[in-house]
Amino acid sequence: MSSIAFPKMTQRVTKPPLINVADKDQLSALLKRHKISTDEFDKILSATGRAPTLAELGVFSAMWSEHCSYKSSRIHLRRFPTKGPKVVVGPGENAGVVELEGDLCVAFKMESHNHPSFIEPYQGAATGVGGILRDVFCMGARPVANLNCLRFGARSHHKTPTLVAGVVKGIGDYGNCVGIPTVGGSVSFDETYNGNCLVNAMTVGLIHKNKIFKGYATGIGNLVVYVGSATGRDGIHGATMASDSFEDTAGASKTTIQVGDPFAEKLLMEATLEVLEKGLVVGIQDMGAAGLTSSSFEMAGRAGNGVYINLDHVPTRSANMTAYEIMLSESQERMLMVIEPGKWTELQGVLKKWQLSHAVIGEVTDTGRMQIDAKGVLEIDLPVAPLTDEAPVYERRMALRRSACDESSPLKKLRERLSSDSGYALDLYKKMIVDVGSKKQIIQQFDRHVGGKTVFDSERGGAAVIWIRSRDTTHKPFLGLAITAGCNERRVKNSPLIGASEAVRDCARAIIAAGGLPIAVTDCLNFGNAEDAEVMREFSDSVDGIAEACQQLGTPVVSGNVSLYNATGATSIFPTPMIGMVGKMDDVRKAVPATVESGQDLLICTITARSAGNSSLAASLAAKNANISPIEGAITAIDWMEEKKSHEAIYSLQKSGYLVAARAAGEGGIGLAAFKMAVNSVRLGASLEILTSDVSEFFGEGATAFLVAIKPENLRAARNIAEQSQVSLKSAATISRLGQLEANRRFGVIKTCFGPISTEDLLASFEAFMPVGTT
Amino acid sequence: MLTKPAFGRLRVGVVQFPGSNCDDDCLDVLRRHYEMDASKIWHQETSLPKLDALILPGGFSFGDYLRSGALAARAPIMESIKSFAARGGRILGICNGFQILTESGLLPGALLHNSSQKFICTHTKIKSPQGPVLKIPIAHAEGRFWIDEEGLRRLDDLDLIAYRYCADDGRVSVEVNPNGSVANIAGVYSKDKKILGMMPHPERATDMLMGGSSDGITVLNDFLQRI
Repeated sequence: MSSIAFPKMTQRVTKPPLINVADKDQLSALLKRHKISTDEFDKILSATGRAPTLAELGVFSAMWSEHCSYKSSRIHLRRFPTKGPKVVVGPGENAGVVELEGDLCVAFKMESHNHPSFIEPYQGAATGVGGILRDVFCMGARPVANLNCLRFGARSHHKTPTLVAGVVKGIGDYGNCVGIPTVGGSVSFDETYNGNCLVNAMTVGLIHKNKIFKGYATGIGNLVVYVGSATGRDGIHGATMASDSFEDTAGASKTTIQVGDPFAEKLLMEATLEVLEKGLVVGIQDMGAAGLTSSSFEMAGRAGNGVYINLDHVPTRSANMTAYEIMLSESQERMLMVIEPGKWTELQGVLKKWQLSHAVIGEVTDTGRMQIDAKGVLEIDLPVAPLTDEAPVYERRMALRRSACDESSPLKKLRERLSSDSGYALDLYKKMIVDVGSKKQIIQQFDRHVGGKTVFDSERGGAAVIWIRSRDTTHKPFLGLAITAGCNERRVKNSPLIGASEAVRDCARAIIAAGGLPIAVTDCLNFGNAEDAEVMREFSDSVDGIAEACQQLGTPVVSGNVSLYNATGATSIFPTPMIGMVGKMDDVRKAVPATVESGQDLLICTITARSAGNSSLAASLAAKNANISPIEGAITAIDWMEEKKSHEAIYSLQKSGYLVAARAAGEGGIGLAAFKMAVNSVRLGASLEILTSDVSEFFGEGATAFLVAIKPENLRAARNIAEQSQVSLKSAATISRLGQLEANRRFGVIKTCFGPISTEDLLASFEAFMPVGTT
Repeated sequence: MLTKPAFGRLRVGVVQFPGSNCDDDCLDVLRRHYEMDASKIWHQETSLPKLDALILPGGFSFGDYLRSGALAARAPIMESIKSFAARGGRILGICNGFQILTESGLLPGALLHNSSQKFICTHTKIKSPQGPVLKIPIAHAEGRFWIDEEGLRRLDDLDLIAYRYCADDGRVSVEVNPNGSVANIAGVYSKDKKILGMMPHPERATDMLMGGSSDGITVLNDFLQRI
């Protein structure tokens, strides 16, 4: 074995300087800066048995931050169903893993990067993508798709254009360079996000069951190896920052922002996958939030071992970095690996090939303690357990929101007006279309095709479909994935329990509509201030809603992330439990698009259009010129029997090949779903007719309703198939062709029971909806 | 035209720079569609194996932190690639590969930031002077082909413009120019027509399941059959 240049212990020259607990003023200022309560400090004292060093206080601050410890959310998350026959790795690891077919598995997770993106949209969003990619590839999975769910403030808000431009460019530049297609997600605007945008990124990767790696620091005497970019002063205390709400002077926190380098990520990804494939590593973890601190403590904690690290060996970008800075830096594109000493030479070979900095910085010990030397001083000497498994857990106060959740009179008034005033209804429909808008300007900045596996991407809406296309011949040749992510936050605000459950249902329907079968769920729970009792009640109810829906649909939660303190001053955002779902496609050749592409004659039918009640989107838009609160009004619970029957019907219709297109009615009801399904065809000059005259059905959200496009001659056969699932198929609209696509094109008409809409102006504002911004 | 098995006997190498991200996609088409025994060539190699043709794939070589392709054009393998070209070897550069070919002087012109100043990923229609209209996607931030007037005249005179962006009916106009390229140019040949560089990705349109186009096969067939 070649000798490893790694002195086990440096000569310790001085004793570490401890915090002076006698100076009460200084101590209280220090604790405030580290967001540690006096109760928590007492716990620290009992864990250490002495006053901590500054570096130790920093480590506690990061590890016990909301972001790393889930201290306010953990007791609720236990209610999620997390087990099932397909679950290979559940929550708690870097990503969840479920079985797809045979040994072939899918690893996936969603994560937030809200706070950094609001402070510095480009880097914040870019590093959000980088972090979630590492969570997936550090398990040994090769990423095949990225998705993102974005929420911005009102379009008219002065910050929105800059945030949109920066976030979109950040996501695009990072994902495009690493070479992972960005295939789906959701974008919407609401003033609730004026002071706190949401950037949630999801990565999906493929992995073999017997090649899954986890973050365990096992094997006493094994080496701890640092791999990737050198550590700088960027992102120090990012995890603590991400666990705080914004004061009015949010701009001041820029030093907590990490800077992304997608090229370094690409090299790190290829190197990581190569060393894992070659079996050179025992345990591995990304240095994500709280950097070297969380990766080393968590790996030691899971294995029940201790770790010794000498920080003098960590590659750094600046001279004279302190132990505090090195331990808490969130510099990007770094990995911590644990290897057997005998594998060092071979590991070095791979890392050199990919031009990555690397160094042995420590070893696994049997002490159960984390011991960290820097420049001859034992800066950190802490037991591992109090920082990981024994981190504080809080049962925060909860209170039901004061606003009435019954059918409030302003909303009733809206419905009455929609029924009696067709000019008003038509106007609201147009507003809805423009408000939702085409996302073309955003998605064109994402490489959606790299990898050659993309069958459907965000261009069509609906679920993304990925063709596995591996050279591995053990699975079906046209095996694929259907993936989707999103949440209708206005519905959640209205009723957290039902709205969150609908978010899961909506994802399942998107997958069903594409022809897939839902397998499992990841989530990204974006909520306001955890110390606000109403926010915690929203959180708890949302967890129950998700849990119920996942139970009903047989889609366990296998990974996820919680982002609390999305608030500015006393104002919390709408509760936004984003759901990501992965489904299986047996044959991607039979995938069903969510839009009709050409101007052929088609029938648009609804499947089980149960009258849907109110529309949060209509109410929100109406609120802008009438006195209606956009969040009021009761919504009814999902009828799961009805829901499952409609899934069955869609699935059998897809199998029999009758579906030209399929889309679930969601935000904006059947009216908006019909427009979205037909917009490409309408653009080509086709006219769209929507026959229903029931405003609840037209605008209402929450109905168990799918729209399907079928050829007129197949209606009878389709009806027979649907009836076998005991679902009534009701003809609702027809698409008919109106001429050819010419340079001097003629625009079509949308006919509704409220009257006709000429599409020329409508399509122009539909496509120009994005605010123009500069980075 | 050569048949598929005849193509299958060709030896084609795909050069891999750090940051290449379409290398596997290109290899996959060569192996799956043409059943070739194609292989990757690492950028630090100083010699090439015996080859009939080379592909420089898309991606972000060396992060494209300088100008796109500028650092890759100076990688160790480029000396052997230049000698391969001098011996009349056939080279196809796609996207970043095209940028590397212009940066290394193997193809004329330069690729500048798109006129929108934004990355653009979309389906385009392209056509060669005599060929059919092809649907091939693009995905780039620096794909605006630029050449001076004299250079453009020479390209025209020598029939070296391989592909132009066009409308569905084949007409070439400003409206269908996605990135502001001079004369809607999407791809060009070297003077001896043995080197082809293009911004659209033919490897991403090799099966109807991939965005509804297999027109990339027409482009690849055309390239391979000139060997």
